[in-house]
Amino acid sequence: MSQGLLTVSYIGATILFILSLGGLSNPETARRGNLFGIIGMAVAILATLMSSRLSEASNLATIIVAMAIGGGVGVFAAIRVKMTQMPELVALMHSLVGMAAVLVGYATYFDPGAALTGAEKTIHEVEIYIGILIGAVTFSGSVVAFGKLAGRISGKPLTLPGRHQFNFGLLIVTVLLGKVFLNAHGVSAGLTPLVLMTLIALVFGVHMVMAIGGADMPVVVSMLNSYSGWAAAATGFMLSNDLLIVVGALVGSSGAILSYIMCRAMNRKFLSVIGGGFGTDGGSPSSSAAAVPAGEVVSISAQETAEMLRDSKNVVIIPGYGMAVAQAQHTVFEITQFLRGKGINVRFAIHPVAGRMPGHMNVLLAEAKVPYDIVMEMDEINEDFPSTDVAMVIGANDIVNPSAMEDPNSPIAGMPVLEVWKAETSIVMKRSMASGYAGVDNPLFYKENNRMLFGDAKKMLDEVLNHLRASA
Amino acid sequence: MQIGIPREIYPGERRVAASPDSVKQFIKLGFTVAVESNAGQEANFADDVFQEAGAQIAPDAQSLYAQADIILKVRGPMAIAGGKSHEADRLRAGQTLISFLWPAQNKELMDQLAAKNVTVLAMDSVPRISRAQKLDALSSMANIAGYRAVIEAAHHFGRFFTGQITAAGKVPPAKVFIIGAGVAGLAAIGAASGLGAIVRAFDTRPEVADQVKSMGAEFVSVDYEEEGSGVGGYAKVMSEGFQKAQNEMTAKQAAEVDIIITTALIPGRPAPKLITADMVKGMKPGSVIVDMAAEMGGNCELTEPHKVVVKHGVTIIGYTDLPSRLARQSSQLYATNLVRLMEELCKTKDGVINVNMEDEVIRGTTVIKEGTITWPPPAPKLSAAPPQQAKPAVAAPAAKHGGHGAPSEPASNKSVLSVGIAAAVIFAAIGAGAPPAFLGHFTVFVLACFVGYMVIWNVTPALHTPLMSVTNAISSIIVIGALIQIASPGKLVITLAWLAIVLTAVNMFGGFWVTQRMLRMFQK
Repeated sequence: MSQGLLTVSYIGATILFILSLGGLSNPETARRGNLFGIIGMAVAILATLMSSRLSEASNLATIIVAMAIGGGVGVFAAIRVKMTQMPELVALMHSLVGMAAVLVGYATYFDPGAALTGAEKTIHEVEIYIGILIGAVTFSGSVVAFGKLAGRISGKPLTLPGRHQFNFGLLIVTVLLGKVFLNAHGVSAGLTPLVLMTLIALVFGVHMVMAIGGADMPVVVSMLNSYSGWAAAATGFMLSNDLLIVVGALVGSSGAILSYIMCRAMNRKFLSVIGGGFGTDGGSPSSSAAAVPAGEVVSISAQETAEMLRDSKNVVIIPGYGMAVAQAQHTVFEITQFLRGKGINVRFAIHPVAGRMPGHMNVLLAEAKVPYDIVMEMDEINEDFPSTDVAMVIGANDIVNPSAMEDPNSPIAGMPVLEVWKAETSIVMKRSMASGYAGVDNPLFYKENNRMLFGDAKKMLDEVLNHLRASA
Repeated sequence: MQIGIPREIYPGERRVAASPDSVKQFIKLGFTVAVESNAGQEANFADDVFQEAGAQIAPDAQSLYAQADIILKVRGPMAIAGGKSHEADRLRAGQTLISFLWPAQNKELMDQLAAKNVTVLAMDSVPRISRAQKLDALSSMANIAGYRAVIEAAHHFGRFFTGQITAAGKVPPAKVFIIGAGVAGLAAIGAASGLGAIVRAFDTRPEVADQVKSMGAEFVSVDYEEEGSGVGGYAKVMSEGFQKAQNEMTAKQAAEVDIIITTALIPGRPAPKLITADMVKGMKPGSVIVDMAAEMGGNCELTEPHKVVVKHGVTIIGYTDLPSRLARQSSQLYATNLVRLMEELCKTKDGVINVNMEDEVIRGTTVIKEGTITWPPPAPKLSAAPPQQAKPAVAAPAAKHGGHGAPSEPASNKSVLSVGIAAAVIFAAIGAGAPPAFLGHFTVFVLACFVGYMVIWNVTPALHTPLMSVTNAISSIIVIGALIQIASPGKLVITLAWLAIVLTAVNMFGGFWVTQRMLRMFQK
């Protein structure tokens, strides 16, 4: 296959990838978009395989074996994963991209094929160095993120004393090692600084994600998404391959935008999220001047909840991470279906950072077959709360906390929240009175028009559903 | 309380202060309604139509005034023809009168009414604020007057308005020039262009130019710098230099056009004389001038109020009762304005009015409160068409809440600038030192970042999770790098590349598969 044909195939693949991302603007075109992505990938791989250097049969056999092993594992994971575990899967996949970038980086370094001199050599080595750096950070960061999301590592931010200085020191050492690496003569001489740098990058990735709290996970996941893109782009520079550069840039900017959207939804600066330690910079609620909410908490039984839902006209359901943990989305859908059958207008309000990754709640509700046109974004539905009879909060806390708007001293002050307290009655389903990830007490629970339904979300919702059906 | 609607006694006045619809609405608000016999005759509302709507019919004015608590009228009280009595004398203490009154021009009448110890709300004094637009009877009447002015002009004009090419020859379209683009002027523009004429309009307030254009007319400007907006969206008196320039422009237009409609009024002053006798002489024979300011002395020197005259071959229409000439329409709109006012007065809907002087709209409209003259009211706080300096004041409180949803704009502007500068420095450094091959890739990289930026913003938030998994799958394009390297001679390189292929394959297949699985779940 000639170089020209290869280039043309790559352009075709690039266009297909762009169309694939463009298709996601709407659920109806999204499936076709995914198909474009698959075709693009197939075109890119086949074109590469057919290019002259790879035509030997032994190579092909090796590649097919590798692909079969990897593909088998991937498909198996994709089939088996529960929708509530999507954040973990995504984080794990990020780590694989990072690791692959590191491996390709080393392979390029060892590859004697390229004999460059002067500025080109320097640039090539810088590319390798940066590519491996980003790949390693992505890898270790994603592994830690996976651990946190899967609950294998505590979700609490790990804040070492002087962690900013520590990070800065790592950066300085990385730059110095880079200088040593560039000045090294021969492959073996450069290997030492390269390996050292890789170790430092791995430590940095671990440390960075460890310092970030559970509530900031959506930002972390999208940030790592972005990094995996930049790692691919760096690899592209390394190999002088435009296709990798384009795809890397697409993925990188996608992740960056998602991080930005998530930060905006929490009214926080990107750097302060990455700096880590949420709740420690803003002062803990017990020591700061943040008002301690006063009033009584009124609890409600499942039966009363059922009656209240049945007697209302407009119901808004606000799902949070608690719904995902309790796997309650199917029961939620059955309740929704029942109420809608009675002519009650039931809608869902999704806060951008509900759950542990961008769009997490939407996927869970879609899994439970909730039609996507009754699933609203925060901006679409916030002004409808005053005309809502019952706002039911399922396992969410910080995203419905009125102190974000009312108390300027609150650590979450200024974060846009769903204004459920404006509904006639709000019902909060919760296991206990514990505060959310931000560690902030929630005055919503003490409002006069609020009722608490304590217990496991799934169990309580099942009871509500039974009462609804029994009364029908 | 009972609302009474007497017959208008002004000669030639065809309007009435109620319509069957408004009567129904008053009853809904808890009032009872009495209508004087034949009050709506000229507006084509017969007594039995009012009766059907739920009103009682009072045989004459005396009995009506005697039983009603609130009197709704169009024109202010006036001397009754043929007798020595005055309509105001029919009012009794404690009654409320709502009508047009023009307190600035009718000081005597005001004193007379105050002496009767009544409460008077003047429909011409409704403050010009957005909330009061629904009860702004001046606007609803001006709208009708503007339309009717065009109809009157068409009636006296000897040609078509619209241009036509017929078998019998070509007819040029009429050219209409409208002075003053207030409510009446804009209505006239709409009516005239609707009939097919070429319409031009002029106003001393430059901000109305867009409204003029939106109605389908051309805005004629005077080549002279001066802002003509007065308080409350009305015009003010202009300087001499401006007036001179304006005269030149008007004279030029007068010679060109077939019809001039003038609507220029300045509150509380005689109408400005915009069209001189010389300008009338300069017009084409058969032209028509409709002077809608005739009642206030006219915008044209030769106007004779209430009459149609022909001077120098030009028909000059000085009717002062244009809304009354469309009695049914204007009664209907005026009655609706009154309903809106009564809703403001009777917020409890129990048929009892509360003249709440704390309410800005009611405060402005009320000119006599229980015998005490309360006119003129304090200046309104906000104009209906706010002048520029009012805008920041309105925007300020909104900006305070900017934290809700969006980051504060000025800060982001600053950071955009610093990012821009940093990018420029980096680009310059790269451009100076890098070899051309690298620059080629760099170009691709930067462009791809922008494409990604554009594409990703279009992704609906509901699909952010699939977006992440699909970008994940796509980023396994790194496999290309590994594929190239696997053909390398070195064992170590091959091993590394092989491992990379395995890892990316997991991602590639797993990513696309799980994305497809998720997307299949999304359904309407």
